[in-house]
Amino acid sequence: MSEIKIALRMTIVTLVLTGLVYPLATTALAQVMFPRGAGGSLVHGGDGRVVGSELIGQPFASPRYFQPRPSAAGSGYDASASSGSNLGPTSKKLRDRIVADVERLRKENPQAAGPIPSDLVTASASGLDPHLSPAAALWQVPRVAAARGASADEVRGLVESRIEPRFLGFLGEPTVNVLLLNLDLDRRFGRRMAAD
Amino acid sequence: MAHPQAVSIFHGPLMRQAALDSVKKLSPRLMVRNPVMFVVEVGSVLTTLLWLRDLLAPAAGSAAWFSGAVTLWLWFTVLFANFAEALAEGRGKAQAAALRGLRKETMARKLVDGREVATPASDLRKDDVVVVEAGQLIPGDGEVIEGIASVDESAITGESAPVIRESGGDRSAVTGGTKVLSDRLVIRIGVNPGESFLDRMIGLVEGARRQKTPNEIALHVLLCGMTIIFLIACVTLVPFGIYSGLRISVTVIVALLVCLIPTTIGGLLSAIGIAGMDRLIRHNIIPMSGRAVEAAGDVDTILLDKTGTITLGNRMASELVPAPGVTAEALAEAAQLASLADETPEGRSVVVLAKEKFGLRGRDLAHVPATFVPFTAQTRMSGADLDGRSIRKGAADAIHKHVSALGGVMPIEVEQHVTRIAQSGGTPLAVSEGARVLGVIHLKDTVKGGLKERFDKFRSMGLRTVMITGDNPLTAAAIAAEAGVDDFLAQATPEDKLRLIRNEQGKGKLVAMTGDGTNDAPALAQADVAIAMNTGTQAAKEAGNMVDLDSNPTKLLEVVEVGKQLLMTRGCLTTFSIANDVAKYFAIIPALFLAVFPEIAPLDIMRLASPESAILSAVIFNALVIVALIPLALRGVRYRPLGAAALLRRSLLVFGLGGVVAPFVGIKAIDVVLAGLGLT
Amino acid sequence: MTANGWIQILFFFGAIALCAKPLGVFLHRVMEGERHFLAGPLGWLERLVYRLGGVSGEEQSWRAYAGGMLAFSAFTLLVTYLIQRLQHVLPFNPQGLGAVEAGSAFNTAASFTTNTNWQGYVGEATMSYLSQMAGLAWHNFISAAAGIAIATALARGLTRKGDGSRWGTIGNFWVDLTRATVYVLLPLCLVIALLFVSQGMIQNLAPYQEVATLEGGKQVIAMGPVASQEAIKQLGTNGGGFFNANAAHPFENPNALTNFLSMFLIFLIPGALTCTFGRMAKDPKQGWALFGAMSLLFLVGAGVTYWAEADGNPILAGLPVSQPIGNMEGKESRFGVANSALYATVTTDASCGAVNSMHDSFTPLGGLVPLFNIQLGEVVFGGVGAGLYGILVMAILSVFIAGLMVGRTPEYLGKKIETREVKLAMLYALVFPLVILAFTAWASVAPYGLSSRNNEGPHGLSEILYAFTSATGNNGSAFAGISANTPFYNTALGLAMLMGRFWMIVPVLAIAGALSGKKAAPPGLGTLPTGGPLFVVLLIGVTVIVGALTFFPALALGPIVEHFLAQAGKVL
Repeated sequence: MSEIKIALRMTIVTLVLTGLVYPLATTALAQVMFPRGAGGSLVHGGDGRVVGSELIGQPFASPRYFQPRPSAAGSGYDASASSGSNLGPTSKKLRDRIVADVERLRKENPQAAGPIPSDLVTASASGLDPHLSPAAALWQVPRVAAARGASADEVRGLVESRIEPRFLGFLGEPTVNVLLLNLDLDRRFGRRMAAD
Repeated sequence: MAHPQAVSIFHGPLMRQAALDSVKKLSPRLMVRNPVMFVVEVGSVLTTLLWLRDLLAPAAGSAAWFSGAVTLWLWFTVLFANFAEALAEGRGKAQAAALRGLRKETMARKLVDGREVATPASDLRKDDVVVVEAGQLIPGDGEVIEGIASVDESAITGESAPVIRESGGDRSAVTGGTKVLSDRLVIRIGVNPGESFLDRMIGLVEGARRQKTPNEIALHVLLCGMTIIFLIACVTLVPFGIYSGLRISVTVIVALLVCLIPTTIGGLLSAIGIAGMDRLIRHNIIPMSGRAVEAAGDVDTILLDKTGTITLGNRMASELVPAPGVTAEALAEAAQLASLADETPEGRSVVVLAKEKFGLRGRDLAHVPATFVPFTAQTRMSGADLDGRSIRKGAADAIHKHVSALGGVMPIEVEQHVTRIAQSGGTPLAVSEGARVLGVIHLKDTVKGGLKERFDKFRSMGLRTVMITGDNPLTAAAIAAEAGVDDFLAQATPEDKLRLIRNEQGKGKLVAMTGDGTNDAPALAQADVAIAMNTGTQAAKEAGNMVDLDSNPTKLLEVVEVGKQLLMTRGCLTTFSIANDVAKYFAIIPALFLAVFPEIAPLDIMRLASPESAILSAVIFNALVIVALIPLALRGVRYRPLGAAALLRRSLLVFGLGGVVAPFVGIKAIDVVLAGLGLT
Repeated sequence: MTANGWIQILFFFGAIALCAKPLGVFLHRVMEGERHFLAGPLGWLERLVYRLGGVSGEEQSWRAYAGGMLAFSAFTLLVTYLIQRLQHVLPFNPQGLGAVEAGSAFNTAASFTTNTNWQGYVGEATMSYLSQMAGLAWHNFISAAAGIAIATALARGLTRKGDGSRWGTIGNFWVDLTRATVYVLLPLCLVIALLFVSQGMIQNLAPYQEVATLEGGKQVIAMGPVASQEAIKQLGTNGGGFFNANAAHPFENPNALTNFLSMFLIFLIPGALTCTFGRMAKDPKQGWALFGAMSLLFLVGAGVTYWAEADGNPILAGLPVSQPIGNMEGKESRFGVANSALYATVTTDASCGAVNSMHDSFTPLGGLVPLFNIQLGEVVFGGVGAGLYGILVMAILSVFIAGLMVGRTPEYLGKKIETREVKLAMLYALVFPLVILAFTAWASVAPYGLSSRNNEGPHGLSEILYAFTSATGNNGSAFAGISANTPFYNTALGLAMLMGRFWMIVPVLAIAGALSGKKAAPPGLGTLPTGGPLFVVLLIGVTVIVGALTFFPALALGPIVEHFLAQAGKVL
């Protein structure tokens, strides 16, 4: 049989085996074995509605919530258009954006202690980063506490309980999941404040 | 070319001729053979035109002095490379001229239907038959078919002692241009005009028929590839410069390109090859092709004939061991008588020993009323019959057979001596009178001095030496041990030899050997490096790929060294050439970009006076390094008998690391000088 | 830099070093058809593929081998193009995505056929699930299997006892392709994909999930069969993400464990193949020497990138911002600087091209390392198979240059390296400078090339250079700010990918054929030792110097100049 014919037949054989049988079999197994993970680790709010995915960051603008990192996904945290800013280290656009963010954060967080942790002014790679560094979350505590009318210590306690350590103590970085933390806030202090 | 003296590299007339030739070699038709240098030449033409433009129509930003200076040094780069090649060729040409002197027009006495016809030697064709008598020059290469004569071959070999040439056997080959001293020879011419040995030698040493050798071609491919890579890197720098707001002139791009492409090795490559051949020729070895010289470097196994190579040509009688009941004097006397007519060195040594040890005067042949029995391959004995005595000497088993036939016996003690002598590496010769065995002569092989060290050296280079001998295994083992060879092949027939070579080659090894006889021809043809002795037969010379004019088999070792040296020199200069580029980048690139990006000043570690000075210094360095390395290219990198790993470490240090460092120093120095002279 | 960062880097390297031998031995058994533990349970599948494919499995000359490979690549390229163009009428398209535009479809088909997996498109907005599975993940398997096949063929050429003929046989492409797929890629991927799902990587065929966010906004969350694709994407050093953000996307790389596993999978087979090579040469040291050279280059690259990124971005100087955790622009919190720098090094050492951070936003030197890694020829472990054959070609060139210095005709594993081999190796070596520099030069002065940049000045040049480097190197990572989904870039990059793959593979197979027939000389004291530290140094030296000499001028005007600008506090 000529090589061309074999090539044609092997094209079809491998397409069916690795392009269809393998992914579909994996899907079936995954749905049975790990339905939550396979389905996107969705999170339900107090009312049982799906409010998002544990793994996908959401935009938070209100001072009552912990705010995530800047996002370059679509118009911000567009989970169907993941993207980083891709601005280079000597980019004027980047510098301008950071300066603007610094000014905004300064204004919104007058009581915040110390310089702004850098992850609060740098866009993540996916634009969907669900996390903050513990320092970046803690930095926002005074504002959130003030907005919620709660004590800073109480809010800080919530943050600290949400700090996820490194895997096995050394892999990755310690993080705080913003959506889960904000859900904690709502759970503790109520979804809406009377004043709203 | 009687023992050509090593002509000094910088010999005056040679230099002048080479300088002249290097200009002639600028012809593009010749240059294109060397693509790397051809690129430089094309670049030089280009910058010359730009320089003329700068002169005639000065434009802002392109100074005529700068394009002029770069152009000048680019041309020097080409000329220096040509000079190296011309210099290497020049030495060969000087030697060829000496050889050509031999090719005087002689009249040959051609035999046509039994009659002699006077014919110019240059008209002789293959298979013509000529007659040569004492005092005449042999008109062409061929084979003696009739007669025996002494011939003066000093013109070819430099050896002043005449040699015997006779029909049949291994001494039948004669070379055109040599002179018959005595007697008369009838010779069948073996070659057509222009194909004679002398012609080929002249062609070879002149380099006229020089073809690139396989490894040289491979290296050329590598160098061409690198040239193309740098061509791309330099040409694309123009648009990158435009992107960055940097106008880079064509002159600068050409200068950068020439600095980066491997001009050092590219310019010296052919000189290295010619010089390698030349070194062999100065050892009086004529390689029939450059390929053979390269192969010599790759040799894994060396076959060495015992006789002449490992031992002094001849065995000497060193001891006389009488049989029980026989006095030493009686044995000595009989042995001397048996050897009187034996003109071989062994025979003579018996006579001498008898004289020295027992005061027996060598009797004149003419005054002994004896019938001498010559050695034949059938009896394997020789001797003399006189006064009813029948004295024989020969191999122990031959004598054993001889006396047995006469009803005698071989005494057990004699047998023991024979074994002892054989085991010690000697050759036992038994002597008998009638049916009685008188005793044994101990012929001893003398191993040449200094061989052991030499073989040790080769062992450390990974070469295996195998001794070939017709001796029995016991004798062979003893001599092999004494000489320090790795292995031996005893009682070797030509077929054994051939089989051994094929065996080694089957294991992927390259084999070198020497040979002279017609029966060596198959093995010579099979071996990868085969040196035929000039005294050998035409068949042997045709089968080999080198001819040793001195007929000295130990020179195989030099041949291997020269081959290795040739490859090493190429490798080392290639490494040096490539390593140089690192510094050239550091000299030129930052200096070039500083104008637009002053922030990169920290990268400008060489701090050259100006971008122009940086480029000019690099170009000058690049040209001068070719000149500086000509002696090394012609002499060859010194070969050290070390293992490959040690050699590589050393070469990488000297030529790799040295190649990185040298241009930093050199370019900076040139820059300082240029600045000091106020030129930049 | 932190101690913990270094522990992660060294732990990762340790894991790769540990697995090299066992997997290498297994690969050797599989590829040479010896007994192994999967032959029993999966033998039926191998035989079934042969029967359906009409494969008889006889030894092939390099021409037949290359012919089969090229024909197969052509067909698979065409099929992937067609699937994309017709995805709107094919099943598994719950979002109802339209046909992929022709230029992009060609670019993507070329990209996945060549194991580049450059993403000129936004996955979640362009590709139906069928296109992802049958169009792209399929190629992830077969292009990786083809890589293993070709590397094995070259290793055979180098290690087979030749009979002295001019060209020898080098195995059978279809058999190599099938064995690599059936025994190595498929079973490993199935296990890993499920492991990934257990960590939160998604695997479904559902439409995109629309949710009301906590603040009352609307968020559409993209879905899809991600884990199955992710497993082979890493194991096959393909790197083409399901999503636009690739492995930075939380669904494609949810946590530190999946991140570690991803990197581990990228280096797993390339590391093991060095050992396979040592086994084939019947001298493990030959394999370890390659592994050693790769390891040193990897560790230096990872160290430099980590150092550069951990130092932070000088652009923040003077602002009331603290960056103890380094340059976080374009990086994910859960990975941090150490894992991002490590991932960037790994993915460009290998020809993977998956990213968990945006290289475009790296510091100049941090971005220089990934770029230069690809320009070295992706020989630092390298692509599956491609890394091995790449480093073997470099070894052949090193042996040629250095071998002369020991006074012998150069030989590698006893086989003489002569004009033919040098010619082919130089053809191979010419592809990178020719394709990368010529296309970059073109794009850097053409308006349609310049308009796609996301950054000005030297960084913009770096973006273009990175694009063509990545395409030609079949890497697929990017300085992703560049808008490559334009007619010019789709075409030019597509061509660069095809040239970078096939112009290099064909000489490699020819070298295999040329060496296969050669007799091997036994090693001796006089032969250049290729199994020791000296050779490691030599190999590194030749690889780095050849790469540096070729690309230094371009790099100098890109990341190197940018580094000094950044240090001087300039912004453009």
